[in-house]
Amino acid sequence: MRVFLVDDHAVFRSGVRAELSRETDMEVVGEAGAVAEAVAGIDAAKPDVVLLDVHMPDGGGVAVLSGIATGPVCLALSVSDAAEDVIAVIRAGARGYVTKTISGAELADGIRRVAGGDAVFSPRLAGFVLDSFTGRSPVPEPPLDPELDSLTPRELEVLRLLARGYTYREIAESLFISVKTVETHASNVLRKTQQSNRNALTRWAHRRRIE
Amino acid sequence: MLPAPGPEPVGAPMPETPRLVRRSGGRVVGGVAGGLADHLGVDVIKVRLAFVLLSALVGAGLVAYGLLWIFTPGGADAAKPTGDERRQAIGLALLGLGLAVTVGWLFQGTAANVIAPIVVVAVGAALVWREYDVAAPGPRALFGLPARPSVVTWSRIVAGATLIVVGLGVVVLARIDLSSLGSALIAVAVTLVGAGLLTVPLWLRMVRALNAERGARIRNEEREEIASHLHDSVLQTLALIQRQAEDPQEVLRLARSQERELRKWLFDDTAPAQSSLATALRTIAGEVEDQHGVKVTPVTVGDVAMDPGDTGAGLPKEHFTALLGATREALVNAAKHADVPEIDLFAETEPHQVSIFVRDRGAGFDVSAVPADRRGVAKSICARVERRGGTAVIDSTLGRGTEVRIVMPRTDSGSSEPDEVEGDDEPAAASVPDTHSSTRDHPTG
Repeated sequence: MRVFLVDDHAVFRSGVRAELSRETDMEVVGEAGAVAEAVAGIDAAKPDVVLLDVHMPDGGGVAVLSGIATGPVCLALSVSDAAEDVIAVIRAGARGYVTKTISGAELADGIRRVAGGDAVFSPRLAGFVLDSFTGRSPVPEPPLDPELDSLTPRELEVLRLLARGYTYREIAESLFISVKTVETHASNVLRKTQQSNRNALTRWAHRRRIE
Repeated sequence: MLPAPGPEPVGAPMPETPRLVRRSGGRVVGGVAGGLADHLGVDVIKVRLAFVLLSALVGAGLVAYGLLWIFTPGGADAAKPTGDERRQAIGLALLGLGLAVTVGWLFQGTAANVIAPIVVVAVGAALVWREYDVAAPGPRALFGLPARPSVVTWSRIVAGATLIVVGLGVVVLARIDLSSLGSALIAVAVTLVGAGLLTVPLWLRMVRALNAERGARIRNEEREEIASHLHDSVLQTLALIQRQAEDPQEVLRLARSQERELRKWLFDDTAPAQSSLATALRTIAGEVEDQHGVKVTPVTVGDVAMDPGDTGAGLPKEHFTALLGATREALVNAAKHADVPEIDLFAETEPHQVSIFVRDRGAGFDVSAVPADRRGVAKSICARVERRGGTAVIDSTLGRGTEVRIVMPRTDSGSSEPDEVEGDDEPAAASVPDTHSSTRDHPTG
């Protein structure tokens, strides 16, 4: 599995590189410390997974996501777990979001999961999604298109369990469904979160003068 | 006339000579005589008399007073002069003015034509300066005027300006032909407009330079504030960690509490204080983390405020404290007995109820097998919540961990969502425009 690291802190990059070198099935094929460098490097190295820092001096994860072709899946890896950052980077197309306090093994597991097409949800991320779908998000946004965006009761249930800290396997057991189904629900949630408002994101970015 | 400091031995360190300052609280006109009296250690009346006598020398005392007013800074005294002293001082000032005019007149008839108007101008200037004087107490607004100018202030300024204009007018008109006044005025006006037009770029540059300087200063202040905060918190903790490197438990504890503190500072600073359930839960989580050396991951969805006054808006105080107490108990139990490094805390506020889940993946226990006399802990969670109309369920499986589910119905019709902070309240416009600053104007949800 080919992994690309994007982070403006060289020390953190080397730390992640060292952690991932213990995993036999992973190989770090490149790293970058700035947006332009990252976009060029990802296009050249063609990795399977991009580990993406959210905050960088020249635009950060959202800028990288909007710059690269839709090839590799991205897992956001940030020290911040503020709602705004999480939701912005998920809307921009990241397939998951983990914080930098994560252990090496968990990170490797998350990389495998996003590479396999799943969404990686931290309990906190699930909490934000719940918040934003019930209109209580601290990130203001326009009302969602009900047909396209409303979560099914089952998806909300999965999301609540995720927010409570359950693993996919535990959710599957407590809802009497297969792990595969849980993963599908989670992916649907993420798909809806992204789709729900690409224009909202553009407006958000514009308001913040990011683009 | 300026009090020259006494001759000092060259190369010797400066003796502690107090600086000459004017009285600012106890002034009658400009506080010069009082300041001088304080400085020389003589009676103020003597100084005033000296000024009056000097004024007889064709106004030398007046000039000296004016120069001292301009060149000495205001003092910090606050005592007001008594009514008697004030009347006496004003009398002396008038006497000085009168002397100056009379003496000038007596000695040189033509000079009086000039001196009298100059005295008028001086009085006018004194009136206006007094208002602009930065040594006067009270807040200052634009151009150094008092922030809330009273009628007296304005009338003083207007009277002073009138005196100045009249005085100068007399000096000038005595020399020139009245009939050419019109053309002279036009010439003056045209010159002023011309000068204004010519210096427009200069003004603009000054304004811009001023703004740039202010922006730089604000940025610098912010930087210094951040630096001092990091020094007080992060650097101190890092130093502690270096010293205790051989005690991993302590290092973990320090790092976690520092992380939480910094996170709060960076992302949460706008969150309301104690009255928010989410904030209170995060505080509890932090306390348990510190006391028991476990990591608590709090996730909160929605929020509700405490309603201390029983107004029907928000969660009643008893319910609020019962929820917090039960949650803390559950967290402490998990930290003590589950023997795991991590506990999940999830709270969701819905319109009709508040639910809180405390979950660990630790040892677990058989709820039914716990002896009846040992159920105090469970009771202290359940009973506390049930007294307020809620329910608490403890669900545990040996080897799989424990979950405490607390549900409290809301009686406040759910219309009490605390106002969310709107997205448009940017931090100070001149703050450092980095991407990090965008995270600072929202409370974490």
